[in-house]
Amino acid sequence: MGKKQIILNTEIKLSVSTLNVQDCVDWVMSPETGGIDVFVGTVRNATKGKGVVRLEFEAYEKMAVSEMKKITQQAFAKWPVQKILIHHRTGVLQIGEIPVIIAVSAAHRDAAFDACRYIIDTLKQTVPIWKKEIFEDGEVWVAAHP
Amino acid sequence: MKINILAFGIAKDIFGSPEVTIDLANDATVSNLKYLLEHQYPRLNHLATYMVAVNNEYALDGDNIHERDEIAIIPPVSGG
Repeated sequence: MGKKQIILNTEIKLSVSTLNVQDCVDWVMSPETGGIDVFVGTVRNATKGKGVVRLEFEAYEKMAVSEMKKITQQAFAKWPVQKILIHHRTGVLQIGEIPVIIAVSAAHRDAAFDACRYIIDTLKQTVPIWKKEIFEDGEVWVAAHP
Repeated sequence: MKINILAFGIAKDIFGSPEVTIDLANDATVSNLKYLLEHQYPRLNHLATYMVAVNNEYALDGDNIHERDEIAIIPPVSGG
C-alpha cells in the first residue's frame, strides 16, 4: 500500500508494490484531454560502466508526499494541464522495474510535455527519497558524496 | 530539551540508527543542531550537503527548534 493522496485533479502515491503504467494513463484521462505525457523511470543495469544488481529506495513518506504535492501545485500554476499523477516506489527494485511514473494530461501537448519534464526534474532535486545502488562488491547511496 | 532526530539514507548509516536523541538548549536553532551533530558524527561533514527538515518542511539555519518538533536529517536526495 503506502501513502496516497488525492486532491481533485492530483494523485500522489508512494507504493511498495509494482507500478502500473496503464493504470496511471487511465487515471489522468478525461473526455477533455487532448494529450497525455507519461514519464516512466526504469532501473538501469549499470552506473558509470559498473554493473548494478538492484536498487533500494527509501522515503521520508510524509514529507515526500507533501513535497510532491507542492511540485504538482507549481505545475498547475505554470501550465494549463488537467490532471497530474505521481507514483513512486519504495523498497527493493530489480533491473527493469519501475521506480517512478509521472502522467500529465492536458488539452494540448505542449503543456503536458513541459509540466511532465518539470515534475520529474524537480522531484529529483527536492523530494526526500533516497536510492541505494547495490553492486556485486558493495553498495552506494546515490549522490550522497561529492 | 531532548529532541528526537529522524535519519534517512546515508544519515541513518552515519548515526547507526533511524532515530537519535540530542540534548539542545531551549532556544536552539537549526544551525546549533547541525554544529552538535557534526561534532558527534563527523562523517556528516563528508556529505555533498545535507538539509534539516522541521515538521516536514526544509528549514533554514536560523530557524528555531521547539520541543516536540519533528526533526529529520535530509542527505542529498536521489529519487526518481
